Order: sequence, then C-alpha cells, then structure tokens
Amino acid sequence: MRKHADLLFQLLSLATLLVALAALGALVFDIFSDGASRLSWPFITNIASRNAEDAGVYHALMGSIWVIALTGLLALPVGVAAAIYLEEYGTRSRIARFIELNIANLAAVPSIIYGLLGLGLFVRLMGMGQSVMAGAATLALLALPVVILSTREALRTVPGTIREGSYALGATKWQTIWHQVLPMALPGVLTGLILALSRAIGETAPLITIGALTYIPFAPDSVWSKFTVLPIQIFNWVSRPQAEFKANAAAAILVLLALLLTMNAIAIVVRDRYQRQGRA
Amino acid sequence: MTGVSRTVPSLANVANRRNQPPARLDMPVKIDVDQLNFYYGEKRALDNINIQIRANLVTAFIGPSGCGKSTFLRTLNRMNDIIPGTRVEGSVQIDGQSIYESGVDVVQLRRKVGMVFQKSNPFPKSIFENIAYGLRINGLTTSKSELAERVEESLKQAAIWEEVKDRLGESALALSGGQQQRLCIARALAIRPEILLMDEPASALDPIATQRIEELIYDLKKKYTIVIVTHNMQQAARVSDFTAFFWLGRLVEFDRTDKMFTAPAEKLTEDYVTGRCG
Repeated sequence: MRKHADLLFQLLSLATLLVALAALGALVFDIFSDGASRLSWPFITNIASRNAEDAGVYHALMGSIWVIALTGLLALPVGVAAAIYLEEYGTRSRIARFIELNIANLAAVPSIIYGLLGLGLFVRLMGMGQSVMAGAATLALLALPVVILSTREALRTVPGTIREGSYALGATKWQTIWHQVLPMALPGVLTGLILALSRAIGETAPLITIGALTYIPFAPDSVWSKFTVLPIQIFNWVSRPQAEFKANAAAAILVLLALLLTMNAIAIVVRDRYQRQGRA
Repeated sequence: MTGVSRTVPSLANVANRRNQPPARLDMPVKIDVDQLNFYYGEKRALDNINIQIRANLVTAFIGPSGCGKSTFLRTLNRMNDIIPGTRVEGSVQIDGQSIYESGVDVVQLRRKVGMVFQKSNPFPKSIFENIAYGLRINGLTTSKSELAERVEESLKQAAIWEEVKDRLGESALALSGGQQQRLCIARALAIRPEILLMDEPASALDPIATQRIEELIYDLKKKYTIVIVTHNMQQAARVSDFTAFFWLGRLVEFDRTDKMFTAPAEKLTEDYVTGRCG
C-alpha cells in the first residue's frame, strides 16, 4: 500500500510539472507563431514608426540594455556590501536586526511603489530628470532586496573552517572576507543578481512612472538621456488598434526573451567558472 | 604506586626509547601561563591553569574529550576571540609579553603563533595560492620571485615539496587527506611563526600519514616551539618532550613525557594513561 502511495506521489508531481511546463510552452508557442514572421534584422535595427511594416525595436532594445547594465552596476556593489555588513559585522546590533526583518518585506513591495519613489527622489529631488540613470537607480532599488538576501545566503554557505584558517594566518576580518569568503560565495551572489535583473528587465510600471517615454526618436547616448525600454514598446504596440502591430508586439517579446536568455547565459557561464575553481 | 611501566610496557618503551639522543630539556620558557580561567558565557571551561611551555621543544596536551585542551590551545593565539561570549581571566605571556592586554595587535600575535587544525582546511584555491595567501596578506614578500621562493621553502619544510612541485597550480582540494594536512602545515610555516599550535593534526589520518606528520614534528622542533593536542597517548609518548594532562578543565599534571608515562605523580594521571578511566 505504501509503495502505491509513493508511486502515486511521484506521478502526481511529474504531472503537475508537465502541466506547468505545458502552459509555459503554449504561451511561448503562441508568441512565436505570432511574431516569428516579423523577426528580422531590419526589425531590430529599425526605429519605431506609425507604419507597422517599418517599425522596429532599436531604440527600445538599446534603452533596455543601457538600463539593465546600469541597474546591475548599481545593485551589485551596494547589495553585496549591505549583505556583508549584515552577515559579517552587524549580526548582533539592533539596527542590523531591524533591517533584516524588513528586507524580506521590501522584496514583496509592488514595483509601482518603487516607481513613485524614483519619481520623487531621483527624477525630481536629485534632479536626474527622466533619464536612464533615474530608471536604473529605481530598478536597482527594486533589485536590492533580492541581491541582499541571496548574497547573505551565499555568505552563510562558506564554512567556518575556512574563515578560521584565514584568521590563524594573521588575516584581518576584511582580508578574510575579500580574499576567501566572497570568492567562495560568488556563485550564490551571481545567482541572486540574475534573478533580480531578470525581474527588472520586464518592469514596465515603475519606468513609466519615472517618465520613460512611449515614443522616442533616439537611442540613449549617455546615462542622462531620455529613454524607452522593450516592455513599454510592447505595451505601446499592443494598445494600437491595427492588427499588424500585434505581430510587432509578439516579435518584440521574442527579442526581450532573447535578451533575457543572453543575460542569464553570461551569468551562468561566469558562475560556473567560479564554481569549478572552488572544486577539486 | 605500582609504576605505570609494569602495567603498560609498550608506553614505557616508546617513551624511553627513541633513535635520537635525549633532548636538552632546560630550554628557556617561551609561553608562561599564570592563573588562567576561561569562560564560555557563564560556563567555566578552564580552571586556574598554570604552565610554562619551553622553546624548541614539543609539548603535548592530553586528556579525555571535553577536558579543555583544545580550548586552552586556542587561548594561546587568541583564536577564541572570534567566538562570541568568551572571557579570559589571568595572563598568558609569550616571550615575557602579555597577549591579553588591551592594545595587543592580534594580527601580529597570530603571525608569531601559527595554528594547524584537526580537520585540514585548505582554501579552495591552488596549492601555490594556499601558501602564498599568508605571505600576501601580511606583506611579507616584495617580488614574485621572492614569493615563489618562500612558497617552495615552506612546502619543503612540510616535506611535501617533492609531491606537489609539478602541480602547484592545481587545486589544493585534489590532494589526499594526509597531503592536505601537510599543506596546511606548510601554510602555517610560510609566515615563519615562532610557535606552532597543532590541534590533533593527525586524528583524521591513516597510520602512514600519521607517521609522516610525527616525523615532521620531530624535525620542526629544531626551529619552532610546538604545542600539540592529542587524544592518542601513544602519539604523545612518541612525539613530545613534555606532556600536560588535562581533566575537566583543570591541569592535573605537567612533567617530562618519559616521567609522565612511567611514573606519574598523580593517581588520576596514572589511571588515565593506563586506560582505567577517561
């Protein structure tokens, strides 16, 4: 009887997994069939246009790349530094406890709230304007809780014996963290970063709030320029009544997915390299 | 007193017979511990320890599990500082300088007093980098060639150079258990400490690897002061010049090894080395 229950459980788990994958697969297939025909080199290099045939994603694609790259550059050092403080230096202070309790909450805050914060703080108060920098700073705040939490987990996986070995050689706490603990924790840190950036790249609401434009005649040439991103372009096309734009939107989604997969692949390769270094 | 040698002849033979001339035992005092008490929070783990450890000799700490010998070893290089809630009373002096005064540079102390742990803990880096790490962070070398020389010197001192000289770039984790432990010894020796603390260095190793470590210790004492914690009494008898017997946080007896294992003064010591208790 127990064996039957075991087998039943196995089959049930497999079935649910297949259902989930099938739903995802159906979605991707649908998008693919709508948009694959529109995918072409001109599509990527063309700029937006009122004519569906001529429209392309170039400015939106460039905008997304600029924003995500800058988000990563902002979120990674700040998130890692915060996690190091919480895990290595401040574990017993009351401030650290308080921050700890609230970081998980921050990860669940709806992204539009971050947009409002970004509008008030970065765009207006700090005078960044509706720029790539303001967008990246806003998304970096969004990404920060995830980066901090996964970095902390990664730091915890480093065995105490490694730290002891380092201290016994006369290393300071900082030397131990920088030379031994962080390199060992890097795979986990990068995983957290991938997760955070994957969420950020699809964010529409906070970027619209801080003023990313739905129509823009140029690609960003500096972190201070105005910009648009792929999700906003997709949203723009989906709202148009003409049927041809539906194909454009689907194709743009495919471009976004491709960008996402490329990001992930790079991060996985880097993570793998560090993981292999750590093993015999 | 029946005399331990009659009940455990093998220990007496080991203690009295070694293929070397008898060591000169009146070396100067290197570490002077006076009325040391150690607390984990409220619990007292070391009770009024008084002991003098002499330079260029091997001193062994023996005793049953939980008797405080590892804890005491770790007070000698202040490794217990990284455990929260610990407290030290009394004094530990190395070369006449107290190490528990405020203002003592713990980093400098740990350069002078090296440590090898029970379970070898090489860093997940290459063999070369494992040794170079201590040299780098302490700023002990000024050129790449000097660094390479020091690494080679340390690996030779730990009797592992011949086995790894062609694969210094390989991961240290690929070595066998015994090799890893010798690597850790080389790593500790690289920064040229004066004292080497060894916490059951061979307990996780097979007999052949253990023998190599013991031979190494015998060579190393010419240059270093060695304190070794071991739960293996035969090892203590083989390797050490002085032995300290701990029991439940107290230092029960401390004397020359040959005397400890043939005619100890305390009944508890005799009971322990003959296996009647502990």
